[in-house]
Amino acid sequence: MVNIIAGSIHPLVAAGDVDFMVHGLLKYHLLGHELWITTTHVSLLIVSLIIVILSIAINRKIKKVNPEDTPGVLQNVAELAVEMLDNLVDSIMGGKGKKYANYIGTVFMFILFCNLSGLIGMRPPTADYGVTFALGLMTFLIIHYTNIRENKADAFKRLFQPMPFLFPINLIGELATPFSMSLRLFGNILSGTVMLALVYGLLPVFVKFGIPSVLHVYFDIFAGAIQTYVFCMLTMVFVTNKMATEE
Amino acid sequence: MTQITNEGLVLACSAIAASISMLAGLGSGLGQGYAAGAAAAAVGRNPGAKSDITSTMLLGQAVAETTSLYGLALAFIFLFANPLIGKL
Repeated sequence: MVNIIAGSIHPLVAAGDVDFMVHGLLKYHLLGHELWITTTHVSLLIVSLIIVILSIAINRKIKKVNPEDTPGVLQNVAELAVEMLDNLVDSIMGGKGKKYANYIGTVFMFILFCNLSGLIGMRPPTADYGVTFALGLMTFLIIHYTNIRENKADAFKRLFQPMPFLFPINLIGELATPFSMSLRLFGNILSGTVMLALVYGLLPVFVKFGIPSVLHVYFDIFAGAIQTYVFCMLTMVFVTNKMATEE
Repeated sequence: MTQITNEGLVLACSAIAASISMLAGLGSGLGQGYAAGAAAAAVGRNPGAKSDITSTMLLGQAVAETTSLYGLALAFIFLFANPLIGKL
């Protein structure tokens, strides 16, 4: 029975082609641990390079722009993005939160470019739990940095509210934040990556061009943009919650 | 009829476990649909607040999605990083 199943290579069951795992490229040792340079590092590097090059190009363009000229495409897109992000941060966090616009904007652009990198054939770096967990930890740090800076000594009094014996539950709630945020981003992007890999493994070669583009639109662009928005939105909501006490 | 090996049994049960853990998507799907329906009703009542309602809806849906993503993570662990095979 086993032989029959293993022996029949049906054209639809192209399990050998399905490939969505992180691959190790280079092994090295550090402090006695065996570590790997993986495909995630490479895609992260590419995404960071793209962002850095875009930033430098836009910076150069904006600096020598003539106010009387008609703005070009690059300048328009850059201004649109910056304005949108500033308005987003302003509408959620209010006047005091304006200084967070830089952080939120940076994270937004980074996650967006990471999610969209599936379009050019890379494995999105956000489909690696190491990347999203680092982002979640950054959110956690900025939440509690704000908490301590805004509320000083009262910062941890909230853990004992409304009743002191609820302290363990409140503590777990605080500590779960980075995990739930990173798992949300990771799960969404990974599920898209796996679905696309399965579809690519399933289809015969001559329909691999064109047909999966519909799925790319949904999984990479739509889900990627929504998850980027949600991650930044939740970060802002959590930080604003910590700031609101003194009013 | 070949014998079922221990590994085969564990792998089969892991596949079943993965599919059962994806049932976690049921509840969050219902919740997201309910949120979208309520948001549609709210937009119908007050079309001016469409952008606010949409962002609130997306935020709530993302939070509701978390539980099903835990199920998804569990399914991926069962399928690709099976911890039970090592116990044999």
